[in-house]
Formats: sequence, C-alpha cells, structure tokens
Amino acid sequence: MRIQAIVIRIIQQFFRDKRTLGLMIVAPMFVLLLMSLVFNGEDYHPTVAVSNMPEPLKEQLEEQNVTIVDYTEQEAMEALKEKELDAFIKMNKEPEINLEGSDPTANKAVLMAFQEAMKSMQTNGGEQKLAIHYLYGSEDMELFDNFGPVLIGFFIFFFVFLISGVSFLKERTGGTLERLLATPLRRWEIVVGYVIGFGLFTTVQATLISWFSIQILGIMMEGSFFYVLLITFLLAMTALTLGTLLSAYANNELQMIQFIPIVVVPQVFFSGLFNMETMAEWLQSIGLVMPLTYGADALREIMIRGQGWEMIAQDVYILLAFSIGFMILNILALKKHRKL
Amino acid sequence: MAFSSCITVNNVTKNFGKHNVLNDISLGIQNAEIFGLLGPSGAGKTTLVKIIAGIDTATTGNVSVLGTEMPNLEIMKRIGYMAQSDALYEELTAKENLEFFGRIYGLKRTQRRQRIAEVMDIVGLTEDLNKKVNKYSGGMKRRLSLAAALLHRPELLILDEPTVGIDPVLRKSIWQELETLREQGTTILVTTHVMDEADKCQRLAMLRDGKLIAVGTPSELKESSSSTTLEEAFLTYGGAE
Repeated sequence: MRIQAIVIRIIQQFFRDKRTLGLMIVAPMFVLLLMSLVFNGEDYHPTVAVSNMPEPLKEQLEEQNVTIVDYTEQEAMEALKEKELDAFIKMNKEPEINLEGSDPTANKAVLMAFQEAMKSMQTNGGEQKLAIHYLYGSEDMELFDNFGPVLIGFFIFFFVFLISGVSFLKERTGGTLERLLATPLRRWEIVVGYVIGFGLFTTVQATLISWFSIQILGIMMEGSFFYVLLITFLLAMTALTLGTLLSAYANNELQMIQFIPIVVVPQVFFSGLFNMETMAEWLQSIGLVMPLTYGADALREIMIRGQGWEMIAQDVYILLAFSIGFMILNILALKKHRKL
Repeated sequence: MAFSSCITVNNVTKNFGKHNVLNDISLGIQNAEIFGLLGPSGAGKTTLVKIIAGIDTATTGNVSVLGTEMPNLEIMKRIGYMAQSDALYEELTAKENLEFFGRIYGLKRTQRRQRIAEVMDIVGLTEDLNKKVNKYSGGMKRRLSLAAALLHRPELLILDEPTVGIDPVLRKSIWQELETLREQGTTILVTTHVMDEADKCQRLAMLRDGKLIAVGTPSELKESSSSTTLEEAFLTYGGAE
C-alpha cells in the first residue's frame, strides 16, 4: 500500500515532466543515431595463431604489426572462442583464415595484414585464393554493430543514473524526504518504491531504445530480444540504485552532474567499448568493478554472437548483485536521516 | 501531569558534532492542549520537534509520545507533522499530493476522498483542489502542508511555524480550527516566533540558544516576569540568564 503510494506518485510526476521523459527515451536514440553515422575504423594490431606457415611469411606478417602465437589447431579454435585470438590462419593448398569475427576492426586488420604479407611474398604474381571463415559475425558487420550493444547499455545507464539521482536529490533538498520520514514509511519501503516506480519507466525506455537500435538503425542482432531487454533492464536498475545512492552525497543538481565524469564516463573506457588488450593488466581489471562491463559483455554475447542464457547468466547474476547491493547501501544511507 | 501527559521530554541534549543545539531540555505536554514553543530562529525549536516527531534522535535523554518511547513507527501513524519547509510535490496537483499522503497512512479510497474534501475545506483550498502546486502561492502551499498533516486525523499534531506567509484573516481562521481540534481532543504542539500567536496557546515554553528558559501559561509568564506582553517576558527571561 505504502510502496504503491510512492510508485503512483512517481508515475504521475513523470507524466508531468515530459521533457525528462523525452530525455530518457529520445536522447539515447538520438546519440546512437549520430554514432552510427560517424564511426570509423582505427589502427589495430591483431593477434593471430598460425599453422604450417612458412617462416618468411611469418616474418612478413610480423612486419605488419601482427603478433604471432604458436598454438595447435585445437588450442587456437578454443582461444578464438575465448576472444584471446583475433584469427587462426591455416596454410594448406590455399590459405584458410578463421576470424573471431565480432570486432570488424580486428577482422579488417587481420585480412589487410595477411594480404599485404602475401603480396610481398608473391613472385609469380598469381592471385591466391583465400578461404575466410567467421566464427561470429560476418563480413557485412560494421564497426557500429560491434560498438552498438555497448552504447545501448551505456546510454541507458547514463540517463537513468542522472534522472533517478536528481529526482531523489530533489526529494531530499525539497524537504519531502524529511516529510516522508515523519510518516510511518519504512526506509526500505522508500527505496523499493523508487525502484518499482522508476523500474516501470526504465522497462519502457529499454524496450524502445533496443527496438530503435535493432529495427531502425539495423544493429546486428543474432540472439533473443528478450535477453536484450533483460540485460538493459538490469543495467537500468543498477544505474537507478547507484544514482539514488550517490545522490545522498550531492547537495544540489550540479553536484549530481559532477558524478558523471567520475562514475559514468570511466565506465565507457573500461567496459570494452575500446579495445583494452593494449592496456596494462592492472588497468584492465578496473573494469571488473564497473557494472557496465557486465552489461556490455552480455549484450555483445547476445547481439553479436547470438548466445543464450548460459553465456550471459554470470553477467545477469553480477548485475543483480550490484543492484541489490546498492539498494541495501541506499537503505543504510537513509539512516543518516532517520535511525528507524 | 504524568497521568494525562501526551509528550514527555526527559533531559534531552542534542549535539551536531561539537555544536550543541539542545541543552538538557525537560518538558511535559498534556493531552488536548495547544502547547507553543516560542523562541527566535536558531533556538533549537525545529530540532526539538523533529526529535519529538521521531525523525531525529536525541544525543542523550529520551522522548516519549503517547506513552511510548520515540522513535516508533506505530506512534508515528498517530502523529501529524507539518515541516517548516512545505514538502510538497510541486509538479502534482493538491489532490494528488493528498492522495499520496493518504495512501501512506493507509486511508482507504472512500476515506481518502472524504478526508481530502474535509481538510481542504478547513484550510480554505477547496476551489484549488485540482490545481498544480507550482501554481500555488506561498501561503496556499503552507495551508496545503497543514491539510496534509491533518489528513489521517492524528491524535498529536506537530506544526513547525505553520502560519508563516499566511495572511491575518486566514491565520485567524486556522487558529480557530486548531482550537476546534483541541476541543475534540487533539494535542497540538506548535512552534512560532510570533508573539501574538503564542498568546493563543494554553501553555508555552520559551527556548533560547538550546536552553529552556521558561514554561507556563501565557499569563503566568507575563505575571512572573511582571511584564504586559510576552515579548517583554521573553526579554526578561532571556536577560535574566
């Protein structure tokens, strides 16, 4: 009953504030659209395993900044699945290139390097046939298909974080939080009320943004739409609970916005939007504490690799743990305002 | 006093860090009286009523309300609290605000509708029920806050500066309404820094710099300090420190 009161109130407030509602839904779509228009490739140094490759060709490849590792065929295919390798090249009568495939930049880099290396080896000038296999993805895949899932996750996270944080902050600075704490509402009821009230909106938001990205922008989508919704919803929940939690440490809207470069932006760099293999090991592990890492990973598994529950289960549990953890911290943070 | 006492404050001290806000306050407030807390701003009135309302807790000492030590959620259902800030959802209408508070106190739908009509009539806002709060004037917001505090028929009404920004005519009618509520058995604790309002209370406590400087009926306070107005009395007690 009391939770319901909060949920109803939040919904009413949302419909009164059409701009915020628009910001949550239209702004992410707009930015995604821009990104899909402007993305271009960059230099990338692939890691490749080879078999039966003549030494001179290897040297040529290394000159093209390709890192060559020695694996057996079986090891190499395993490593491909684990994303440790970008490609496995088998030299039979005609060269066979097995690409991991989900990152178009890596695909292109491997193919370019190989063709360059072959060209400089060729003495008789005859065009050599290439057999190319994609473990995931396809040659139609564009860079945006690879970034897209991460961006969907990121924008949902970003806007939900900001809006929920500011609205909880307003509750505190406007005196209504104190007023609520003078009622028999329990602290957890306030937090759960917020989660449900906002949860309804983020569900709508996540659905619309995912639909827009897939249907209108044509982002690659191999897996189940339901799983995409599940992950975006969980990401939104994490953002919501983190936003309301951090709002306790902001005194006004501007201070809430100051959390963006500290909390939100770093997640972009460490969640896999940019290739992290060139980073120091300890830097890469920073991503482990960031919710977006798991959301982005799961979205890529679903949308690019077409994976199902087995591959995303761990991410789902971690995102759930983040949300529940932040909720508990929220309930504890409210203790600052009322002991009971 | 203990027999019909509604609020008992025992040796309450409150510190915010090193800053002392309330210093060893003891008070008894009886059932069905209008009790005024009088003092300049910064005297600790709001802190004291927050502790009584169960929002805040005392550093040392204790408070019991309706026979139960605070804070206690069951007792909080029986308290109506009007904060110093209006604490309303500006983008919602008056009705939606009251519906919200009604639900929190567990009022059923028909009960809510009936009570909302009643309290809006008391504060004279019936005409503006469906208006958004951000279209309200300052005085109207104050009255709506009062309406929200009255909604669930609390046995104890705690009002923190209820009549700030309300014009004299309406202020008079609100005080009449408070008097009616008192006659029906509601205990009312009200803070004010307006001396002529303090005169309308059955009993008064004067607070300054976190210390209780005098307690009594308005006429007792005037007599014992041999002054004609409460203002003078306040100055006498304050100066006597």
